[in-house]
Amino acid sequence: MASIRLENVTKRFKNTTAIDNLNLMVADGEFFCILGPPGAGKTTLLRLIVGLEKPDDGTIVIGDEPVNELHPSMRDISMIFQNLALYPDKSVFDNIAFPLRQQKFQEEEIQRKVTEVAKSLKIDWLMEKLPSQLSGGERQRVAIGRAIVREPKAYLMDEPLSNLDALLRLEMRVALKELQTNLKETFVYVTHDQVEALSMGDRIAVLNNGRLQQVDDPATIYRMPKNMFVATILGNPPMNFLQCALKRKNGGISIEHRGFSLRTDEKLLIEMVKGSIEEGKITLGMRPEDVKIYDARPKEDAVQAEVYVTEPLGNETIVDVKIGDDVIKVLTSSDFSGNPGDPIWITINVRKLHLFHGGSHECIYHASNKSDFKMV
Amino acid sequence: MADIVLDKLVKRFGKQTAVDRLSLEINDRQFIAILGPSGCGKTTTMNMISGLLKPDSGSVIFNGKVMNNIPPGKRGVGFMFQNYAVFTYLNVYDNIAFGLKIRKLPPDEIDREVREVARLLQIHHLLSMMASKLSINDMQKVALARSMITKPQIFLLDEPLSNLDAALRNVMRAELKKIQQELGQTTVYVTHDQVEAMSLADKIAVMNFAVLQQYDTPHNIYNHPKNLFVAHFIGSPTINFMNGVYKNGEFVLEDFNRGTISIGGGSRKNFDKQLKGENVVLGVRPEHMKIGERGGDAGNLRAEVVSFEPLGSKTIVYMHPDANPGVILKSTMDSDYKPKIGEVKSLSFEEKNLYLFDRESTDLVFRFGS
Repeated sequence: MASIRLENVTKRFKNTTAIDNLNLMVADGEFFCILGPPGAGKTTLLRLIVGLEKPDDGTIVIGDEPVNELHPSMRDISMIFQNLALYPDKSVFDNIAFPLRQQKFQEEEIQRKVTEVAKSLKIDWLMEKLPSQLSGGERQRVAIGRAIVREPKAYLMDEPLSNLDALLRLEMRVALKELQTNLKETFVYVTHDQVEALSMGDRIAVLNNGRLQQVDDPATIYRMPKNMFVATILGNPPMNFLQCALKRKNGGISIEHRGFSLRTDEKLLIEMVKGSIEEGKITLGMRPEDVKIYDARPKEDAVQAEVYVTEPLGNETIVDVKIGDDVIKVLTSSDFSGNPGDPIWITINVRKLHLFHGGSHECIYHASNKSDFKMV
Repeated sequence: MADIVLDKLVKRFGKQTAVDRLSLEINDRQFIAILGPSGCGKTTTMNMISGLLKPDSGSVIFNGKVMNNIPPGKRGVGFMFQNYAVFTYLNVYDNIAFGLKIRKLPPDEIDREVREVARLLQIHHLLSMMASKLSINDMQKVALARSMITKPQIFLLDEPLSNLDAALRNVMRAELKKIQQELGQTTVYVTHDQVEAMSLADKIAVMNFAVLQQYDTPHNIYNHPKNLFVAHFIGSPTINFMNGVYKNGEFVLEDFNRGTISIGGGSRKNFDKQLKGENVVLGVRPEHMKIGERGGDAGNLRAEVVSFEPLGSKTIVYMHPDANPGVILKSTMDSDYKPKIGEVKSLSFEEKNLYLFDRESTDLVFRFGS
């Protein structure tokens, strides 16, 4: 059991900076997810922690001990990769026992530890089987069992589920989360899949181009993304963005799109967007579940729009809605029966919208229950 | 334009039957998806439609004409694969014009066609750019433009979106559907991703182990799955299955301590006759499995919360039924629902949302709702 700390860590490969002055603190016993697109630097980050790469700058601390100069084998960290190879000629028991036998543990203790681990992964009834007799999910559990049996200080996992089919992935997600909850060990889990990060992580670090974008718990990172990158990588379908003009009007401000405008007198917002008002450009962000569709004009203030395409998913339907020249995705009930070209009306949940700086793409405002936008 | 009929197609590779007596009718202008896990025979089927493979028996028929002996190049079929072939040493314009230049069309006609297709796909501002400089998204559109420009009667797409990242896939999915609706080419789309099949297609052919399981609209595939395989393959999170025994008008669910539920008399008559054995599987989709609410029409069961996934727009809760920790049940709840791990909650669902399967044959016997 140990915490992991990275202080001003930089790693370069020739001309590219893979990790750029990164500061991160993973708490003891935390399930910590690192989320980012391919090439973001996720795997480099893991390799730095485990000791397969050396940082050009900065310090890595595991527990209380700086480990920059420590050989990987001395860091006492277990790494689980995408390709989990089992010994095909060894039984489940012997596969899991392998690392303990290498470390010359007493056979009695091996018996005890392997049984305990197998129970926690619910594979204790498979002990005598060979890997070829197991299902994909069971094989995955055995491989995880082998990695956890030696009780290292922390576990690093590099997209361990990405080779599995969709149904198995779902099963393993639940199994891994349950395992970590019971073990209470430190897990650092790298993924490009937002569902994995949201569903398993106690906290999520979003990484892009070697730079840390945001570190927060799943609910906060989903509801209060710091910039457009974070807003896009979390959520499926991702957040919608509309380019708007920001104008001062009668002491309040107005956010104007070709299809509609939103007005507010909220002082806090007026204060916050002061810098952006000069530029006049702002991006309005809204999640697909925060827009509502009506096939006739509703009582509340609504925007007229048009069905572009519908995408039924069974339990719900994604409607691609055309507002002016823009298309946004809206999540609605599976009863929706509109066809492309049909006129519809939409309302926006103004307490859930976000405003992003037109140039920097940083979020400057998250709406809340106090927000009082009026649609005009 | 074209309709396609597949009539009792069989394809074997050695002793392995890859496609087993497959019959499908695809109407003119229809967008159908062939969906199934890897190895189910979907790509083999596609290759028989295109002519890359010859069936061992059965026929491929376009517009009433048997195509079995017509070579791929003469079938009027356009392809797009997972790995899209774009010439990186040519610019976008020459890439798109390629198919027409081979056919030796007059330059002014080629020019008109290239510009039209580029405008439709919104890559007209990129025509002079080298293909090697394109983003993946635009590269995908160029590949699509190249196949579209020859105006095939039939479009065959084999997992064309699987190389894209999640955000792009979302955008391209809607674009692809829009373009097909505008052009009206008969389209066959092969995928293992149920979300793509559901969201794009007019009809879905679900395959497993070389055999067609069901061919129907996305709505019917989701709401009236023919068997356990189709019910399980479609929908995310997956449907809940509960093993039970049916006796004297009551279901006894094996995984619960108090697992006896009775079904309203009216519907009972309807499935009494259709049920062959007494061993059944009850299916409930996660969005219909309610936690903490007392007294749905059918079922009032207890389960322990083992895990939950706050996915932003909703929260999925995972539970073990109280008499069997080896089974996992799923419930889709609002994003503000905060369960406690270890808590035992009551579960309920309404009769109209129940599916009844025969455990031996795995077929759907009865759907309580409409």
